[in-house]
Amino acid sequence: MPAPAYSIYEQAILFIAALVVFSSFLMLGQKRLSGMIHLFAAQGALLAATTALAAYTLPYPHLYISALIIVALKVILIPAMLHRLIVRLAMHRDAEPLYLYGYVMMTAAALVMFSYYVVEPIEHLSTLATRNAMAVSLAVVLLGMLLMITRRQVVTHVIGFMAIENGLFFAAVASTQGMPMVVELGIAFDVLVAAVIFGVFFFHIRSSIDSLDVDRLNRLSEVEP
Amino acid sequence: MDWLLALIQAVLFMLLAPLFSGWLKWVKCLLQNRRPPPLWQPYRDLRKLFGKRPVVAETASWLFPVTPYVVFCTAALSGAIVPFFAVDLPTAAIADMIVLVGFFALGRFFLALAGMDVGTAFGGMGSSREMTIASLAEPAMLMATFTLALTASTTNISVAIDYLLDTGLALRPSFLFALGGLLLVAVAETGRIPIDNPATHLELTMIHEAMILEYSGRHLALIEWAGQIRLMLYGVLIANIFLPWGLAREFTPEALGIGAAAIATKLGVLAIVLALAETSVAKMRLFRVQEFLGFAYLLSLLGMLSHIILEV
Repeated sequence: MPAPAYSIYEQAILFIAALVVFSSFLMLGQKRLSGMIHLFAAQGALLAATTALAAYTLPYPHLYISALIIVALKVILIPAMLHRLIVRLAMHRDAEPLYLYGYVMMTAAALVMFSYYVVEPIEHLSTLATRNAMAVSLAVVLLGMLLMITRRQVVTHVIGFMAIENGLFFAAVASTQGMPMVVELGIAFDVLVAAVIFGVFFFHIRSSIDSLDVDRLNRLSEVEP
Repeated sequence: MDWLLALIQAVLFMLLAPLFSGWLKWVKCLLQNRRPPPLWQPYRDLRKLFGKRPVVAETASWLFPVTPYVVFCTAALSGAIVPFFAVDLPTAAIADMIVLVGFFALGRFFLALAGMDVGTAFGGMGSSREMTIASLAEPAMLMATFTLALTASTTNISVAIDYLLDTGLALRPSFLFALGGLLLVAVAETGRIPIDNPATHLELTMIHEAMILEYSGRHLALIEWAGQIRLMLYGVLIANIFLPWGLAREFTPEALGIGAAAIATKLGVLAIVLALAETSVAKMRLFRVQEFLGFAYLLSLLGMLSHIILEV
């Protein structure tokens, strides 16, 4: 098997892709909410690095602006908001018990393989060397969903949701060489608004059921038992 | 000439292993604000133990006195397989990585049997713990090995390192993950601090020490020496697979000298990293070892997946 003759840029993108999926795995294994937020910020930083790399190598200088937006939003603003939120909710020291840890990890690994097989036919359509990053992006999306399914804390669900968005964004940057600025700005502000709304919802949920554990939402009813 | 060099390498490996653990201990002592023992302290200990008469329990079978020799021989043979400062030695062509893992397993198997042989409570407990850890660590190690094998299309360590030297520097995510996995496995298998602490005899925590508690004299010396060789083996494996630069590829004095200097530097730095890690983390509860090794397996698995997905 000959060595793949990728350029340094492509190698770097693929390297970051591997780190992004690894950060998703770390999120799945993370018990503490503050650790989770740090991991989310790290994933955002990796995303920003990818975008900046793409901007540096490809003739799309507007990607620098996207990189800046990512840094501002996903590395600084949203993690800071979430952090302030869990401090105000007095949850920043909570450790969430992990259910079926081993099974979740094995499912996650299976999801990575699954997304590889799903994306494989699409990969033949592209000539970019970084097309393989699409499989990774799909994996990050699925891992974000897995995170939302397996956890009970609402805050974790929000981070899972944001991680899904990270996966989509990574796909856009790595395999299509950036998306139009308008779309990107729209998505960025959507995510920000989502974060704000989630923040409001946290307080509502907590004031009505006195907990942020979504399992307790199953027991909600109009009639007092 | 080649065979002579291979022999010299194997002997050097055995002779330098106590020095490596002495250096590790030295760095660790400095980091913990203790006065370090001299670097050759492990040699002194070994000489002292070799001078003493081994005491064997009455209930011991033939397995008990045989085990130290088996353990030492497997460790020494593994030392002959792994490229130390030169690749393409004739001994390297004989055995590959799977044989290496097999050698480790054979030595561990005999140690576990010997732990149970005398019939004391501690021995059986240590054996049971050791086998638990081994059964979790081995898949991770094999997986990391396969990642390397996939990249170089061979399981022979020497050929694989040759291939890596040929392709030069490349960013390989699979190697990063495999390195992480192998580091964690090395910590678990050589009984270093987050998993096991060979320097103590606490019944709650001891794993390796519990198995060899009944050994004394030259039997103990052989087992300790084998442990030092195993530690060095993992160090050399990690240094030479992931940072293969400087290894001698032809057998000229200059190339060999550079190879020896390179591996000495790499091992020295690796020992400092290991000592830093050991002083900054606390000993883990035994029940958390499976999480630790599960993470090692996950890293190796991710290495393999990222090779298949991203690098082919």
